[in-house]
This record gives sequence, C-alpha cells and structure tokens, in this order.
Amino acid sequence: MATKLPKVPVVVVGMGWAGGIVSAELTKAGISVVGLERGKDRNTSDYMMAHDELRYQHREELMQDLSKETITSRNDEKTRALPMRDYGTFIVGDGVGGAGSHWNGQTYRFLPYDFEIKTMTEERYGPDKISADMPLQDWGITYDEIEPYYDTFEKMAGISGETVEGFGYGVRSNPYPTGPMLKTPIMELFETATKNLGYSPYILPSGNLSEAYENPDGISRAACQYCAYCENFGCEYGAKADPAVTVIPVAKQTGNLDLRTHSNVIEILNDGSKATGVIYVDTITGEEFEQPAEVVVLASYVYNNVRLLLNAGLGKPYNSANQTGSIGKNYCYQVSSASSMLFFEDKEFNLYGGAGALGIEIPDLVGDAFDHSDLNFLHGAGIRVTQYGNRPIANNVVPAGTPAWGAEFKAASIKYANSYFPVKSQGASMPHRYNYLDLDPEYKDAYGKPLLRMTFNYTDQDRELVKYISKVTHKIAEEIGADIIQTNEEQGDFNVNKDTNTHNTGGVIMGADPETSAVNSYMQMWDAENVFVVGASAFPHNSAFNPTGTLGALSYRAAEGIQRFLKDGGSLV
Amino acid sequence: MADNNTQAGKKGTTRRDFLKNSGLTVGGVVLGGAIGSLFGVNNTTTTQETAPAAPALTVNPAAALMFFTPDQYQLTQAAAERIYPKDDNGPGAMELNAAIYIDHQLAGAWGINSKEYMAGPFYKAEETQGSQIRILRKDLFTMGLAALNTHSNKTFQANFVDLEAEQQDEILTAFSEDKAPEISKVRSSIFFSLLRTLTIEGVYADPLYGGNKDMQGWAMRKYPGTRLSFAQEIQNSDFVQLDPESLTSHMGH
Repeated sequence: MATKLPKVPVVVVGMGWAGGIVSAELTKAGISVVGLERGKDRNTSDYMMAHDELRYQHREELMQDLSKETITSRNDEKTRALPMRDYGTFIVGDGVGGAGSHWNGQTYRFLPYDFEIKTMTEERYGPDKISADMPLQDWGITYDEIEPYYDTFEKMAGISGETVEGFGYGVRSNPYPTGPMLKTPIMELFETATKNLGYSPYILPSGNLSEAYENPDGISRAACQYCAYCENFGCEYGAKADPAVTVIPVAKQTGNLDLRTHSNVIEILNDGSKATGVIYVDTITGEEFEQPAEVVVLASYVYNNVRLLLNAGLGKPYNSANQTGSIGKNYCYQVSSASSMLFFEDKEFNLYGGAGALGIEIPDLVGDAFDHSDLNFLHGAGIRVTQYGNRPIANNVVPAGTPAWGAEFKAASIKYANSYFPVKSQGASMPHRYNYLDLDPEYKDAYGKPLLRMTFNYTDQDRELVKYISKVTHKIAEEIGADIIQTNEEQGDFNVNKDTNTHNTGGVIMGADPETSAVNSYMQMWDAENVFVVGASAFPHNSAFNPTGTLGALSYRAAEGIQRFLKDGGSLV
Repeated sequence: MADNNTQAGKKGTTRRDFLKNSGLTVGGVVLGGAIGSLFGVNNTTTTQETAPAAPALTVNPAAALMFFTPDQYQLTQAAAERIYPKDDNGPGAMELNAAIYIDHQLAGAWGINSKEYMAGPFYKAEETQGSQIRILRKDLFTMGLAALNTHSNKTFQANFVDLEAEQQDEILTAFSEDKAPEISKVRSSIFFSLLRTLTIEGVYADPLYGGNKDMQGWAMRKYPGTRLSFAQEIQNSDFVQLDPESLTSHMGH
C-alpha cells in the first residue's frame, strides 16, 4: 500500500532536459515542484573518471538498466515483438540529466517547413504528394511562434554556432550566444570540397562551449577542451551543456525544488480526464508512495512518456487498423544510412581529439530547399563531417574486403586508425501508419507493468531518400579525394542491435486538432488538461537534425503554459 | 613527437588547477564539488615522506585469475591471439593480457548479464530483433571454449592450444561462419562474436581492467589515451603523436 504524501502544486516525472527546464522555470517563479527521477543525482564529480571508454560507452554506465525495463521491437505487425535485451541501437539515459548528460551536444533548430510541413508540401506539390499511409501533419505552432523559445534555450545552454541564411532556415532574433567551434583539417577538406561543388557549408551548432560563457541564470561554464569524451559520457568540465550543470542547480538554488532520486514513477492516478497524482517506487527500499499534485508533468524519455499514458489509460491509444487515437502514433526516428567512407594511404589526422558537436554541414538538401517534384520522397538530410574523437574500442574501421579478425584485420585497423573519416548524413524521418508504439501483450518490467512495444521499419520514403543523398555524399567524397571511397546507398531494415542513434521521437504528438494529436502547442493533453507531456514525444515527425534544440524550446513553452494553467486553469489554446 | 611540456594536458596542469581556472560556478558557488574532489583532498600531505617506501613491484598483481581454470585461460589466450596476433606493429592479444581482461570481465557483473533484460520467454528472433539467449555470458564463453576443443579434436585430433596457427584459424573461421556445431542451441558465431568483442576490448580498454598491458595497445595505433585536453592538437594539419596516458594519471588530480 502506497504511503500518501501531502499534495503539491506540480510533480515532474523525469529530470532530464525537459524536466529540468520545466522545474527551473517554475521554481524561479516561486512555484513548488517535486521532481521524481528514477536514477541517481549527478554533478561533475560523478564524471571524474569519465574518460573510460569501456565503462561508459560499452557498459552503458549512464544508461537505463535494461534488467528493470526495456522495450520490445518488431519490424511489422505480423511479427511477434521481442525484448531488446541489451543495447545495440539507441541508448536510453537514466539519472539526473537524463539523455542530456550523455548526448553529443548538437543543437539545431528545426525549419519553418517542419512546423507547417503538411500545408507547405500540399501548397507546392498538390494534395497527392503525401501518401495515404503517411500521417504527416502541421505541428500546431509556427516557426515564428517557437523562435523565442529556441532563443531562450540557446542562451541557457550557451549554444555555439554560426547563422545560416537562406535554404529555408528560420530567421534568428539573435546570433548564437557563443561563436562556432574550431575548424579541424578534416572539416576544412569538407568545406573546400562542398564549396567547389556549389554548396554552402557551415559549422554545426554545438552545446559543447566554444568559449567560456555565463548564461542568464548566472551559470558560468568553461570552454570545450576537445577531449573526445562526449557521447555516452558526462563532461567533467561542465563544457557540455547538461541539465546537471545548468537548469538543475538553478532549480535547486531556489529552494523550491524537492528532488527525489531513485524514485521510479509506475502509475498516473486519474479519472480519464484529470490526473490527481502519481505512484512511485523508491528503488532502493522498494517502498511505494503516492504523490498528489495539481499538475502532473511527464518529462521522461519518449518511451516512458508513451508507456505511462497507455498504462494509465490516459488519452486514446492509436489504432493502426482505422488510424484513430493518438497515443503511440507517429513514432519516428532518423534516416542516416547514406554515407561515404574515405580511407587515406599517406595522411594522418589527429582524430583522437574531438567533441560531440564538432562538425561541418551543408544546408542545401534539407527540408524543401530543393525541388521534390520528381522525387519519391519528402524532406532531406544534413550532409556532414564530424569529429567526435575516435576511441579505440569502437573505431576499427577497415576497407571492405578486409577480414573482421586476424592478422590482416589488425594490420589494416592500425594502419587506418588515424586515416579515415566518413562524409555522412542525417535524414528526416516521416511518419508511417504502421510505425507506432503500444503496450506489449506479453513482456513486463520489474514492477509487473507491460513493456512498450515498438513496431517500426524504414519505409520506401526512407529508402528513396538514402539513395538520393548517398549520391551526394559520394560526389563530395570524390571531390575531397581519397585512396579508397566506399559509399553505402541502401537503407536496410531497422535492426535493434545495429548502432544508429538515439533520436527517437513521437508517440504523444502535438497539433492543432484533438482528433489527430495528443497535446496542444503547450504540451497540454487535450484529454486531461492538468497533464503536460514534454519531450521529443511531441514531435509529429522528426526533422533532419538532432532533436534536443526543439525539445528544449518546447520545454520552455510548456513551462510558460503550466504557469498560466496554475493561474487560470482550462485549455491553453 | 611533440614537446609534451607545451601541451595543455601536460602533467604539470592538474585537473584541479584546470577546474579552478575554468570558473565552473553558479552564482559564485562552485558547482558539483569538482574542485574539492575526492582526489584533491590529500594532495599536500607530507606523511608519505617519512613512511617506509613500499617495495617496488616487479610483477602485475592484477594478472591473476578470478574465473577461468588454467586450461580455460590458456585456451582463451591462444584464441584471442589469433583474433589479434603479434605482428610488426607490436604485441598481440596474449602479450597484452587480453585473456586476463576477459577473465575479469566474465567474473563480474557483465559476465552474469546483470544489466540485461533476462526475463522469459525466449523465442526465436528475426535477424533484426537482437539476440534472445538465456545462457549467461560466463557460461556461453566457457561452453564455447569447450566447443573449440571438441571441434579441434574432431578436425585435427588435438586440442586447440596444440594446433598450428593456420589450423587454429581454420577452427575459428568455422565458428565465425556457423560451420561448427551449435553450443547448446546457440549458433557458434555468437560465441565467436563474444570472443572477438572481448579481445578487442582487452587490447584497447584502459589498463585498469587488466588488459592493454602498459598501454601498448594504444601505442600501436598512436592513441594518446585519456588526456584532459586536445585543444592544442585538434587544428594541427600535421599528426601530433603523444605518449599515452591512462586513467590512473587522473588519480592525482
């Protein structure tokens, strides 16, 4: 039996970027917040041994313990979903900071086209351009409306970058708070080659600070040292923007945040149209608590936002058979198979150094910046060269045809250790009728709750996009010039054990219409006005960019909406 | 070789100094206890000067077994050496203590799949659904070692460690291509993949885990290890080779 605690104004579930931003904004405004986090508290002293590739990258130190909870996956509805038993593809964060602790720091804005993608696509190409199986929709917010929230997020995090003009990129009200990251020799090779080909390369926007920076909350952080331990790792310098060194300490300092770690929320108490609080388990002692609240904010990762709602019976579950309901709908990912690998016989680069958001990209082939009239896909991809730092367990790339082990493998992997890099791509992911999330009928978590089931595969749209983009990565690779160039032109099936990325989106999508979306543009649930579901779960599709910048902007908008709701109540739109 | 003393990550700049200079603060309060870290507290102690000197270690005390029998250890050494053999570049997996690394990994939490979802049922998976294996890593590995010997005896009438290198490669190739018998219904390539992964980790993981002896795995590929900063090197168009440093170098900071 759960111990009932005194009612509070706001309970936040999950203390990553979304929960951290909402908590910081509310507590600064004098509102008491209980923050529930299933993992541990963190600060930079947790990262003092962070330069440990085995522990953090290959043993997933910062990630969700899959023995307690995972997802099940299948490529299509005919297949029985099976649990993801260990990590292979995406990595799900855990603890204070969440995915904002282990991320790389690439912090883009989405395009004006993204927010009005259905309207703008139909205007330019006619209503038949969008296939019946693609539930593409506008986001219920325009770029101009979301721009101030991007600006706030970027100033808080101190994003480093350079303004892109044209190519359908949104106009910025302010330049990036800090200048772009350093340009390395491999980035210069990409820059020269793409300029020769008529493209317009720019240094990608970074949450790894290019210079020391003090943000509007009074948080001072040091400049990035290019030490090469970003993704999968925490930053001991605090140079990488992380909730644990930005919004969480700010919220703590107000005295209005009651942060409870090792507190795993397993249930949202509700009557179908209003939540009264949550039930959580103290993961150390096993005790259960009921935390009543005026407002419940779900700010966990995409998967648990969806799973908590489905297990609670809040909102209408998506049904692929008749395409009704919204919870679990429009699960999207990222389409990044188009790439060209370059190997050099007699050049060595300082690839041991790097940063998670160190790279250069062209804006020419994203969104609707190029004519899709004769193309069998929508949107596009950012084509880029990045330098994260080649850690030695993970990076043993050898030319095709080389054996995967033995004398030849060893010799080639050492020969090319500092002499290869890819021209790669990050493509947009459009929704599909049969790509969705629901509850698994068989597998349960450590608390007896059904696991989330993912039904997902790459679509014809994705395969066409990869074919098109890979021609460009190959062209750029040839312009750079290398002794061996290998281009991947095919998008295979989604494989839960194949390393890709952690850009999972959708499932609790936003929109202007309660029939086709789960939350409004303030992340407020249509079906339960005191429930806000914040995160990349709100994206109706995923753009050709890393999701965190947009997730951060939406979190600031949600925080504003929650304050208005606490004052006035009712629907915010 | 670049002059180490000009590097930002040089030994004279401790993490403590670095963080002090970095101004990592919120409202004037130092964040996160980074400066007063566990490792910084006793830096100025002088008691060591009067304490009797510890005898110099001539052997590595971590090079001992937690898990394998001696036979299993030798078999692992031999198999790992074929994955990553000694060559003109430098030592192979055997000399780098990869088998010690593997022993230590299998003895610990990873060997018993402590962070994996291990609840049943276990169904046959599609290729895209990841492995669905009930057998723990430590058991799969030792069963795989036994299977290596069985297959070696069947093919060459001798144990794996007694085969010529080419014969060992033939046996490992059979395992990697699922041409060896299944191991308690697990494909032989799954065991091979575990062996390969562990070998690569054993030659390249930080020496604190027992392999990558004297950081020689890193030195072969000119990897400088876990330095505090590469801000000076990252823009250099020439390759800057630095001596490797491991995590133990962070302990004094």
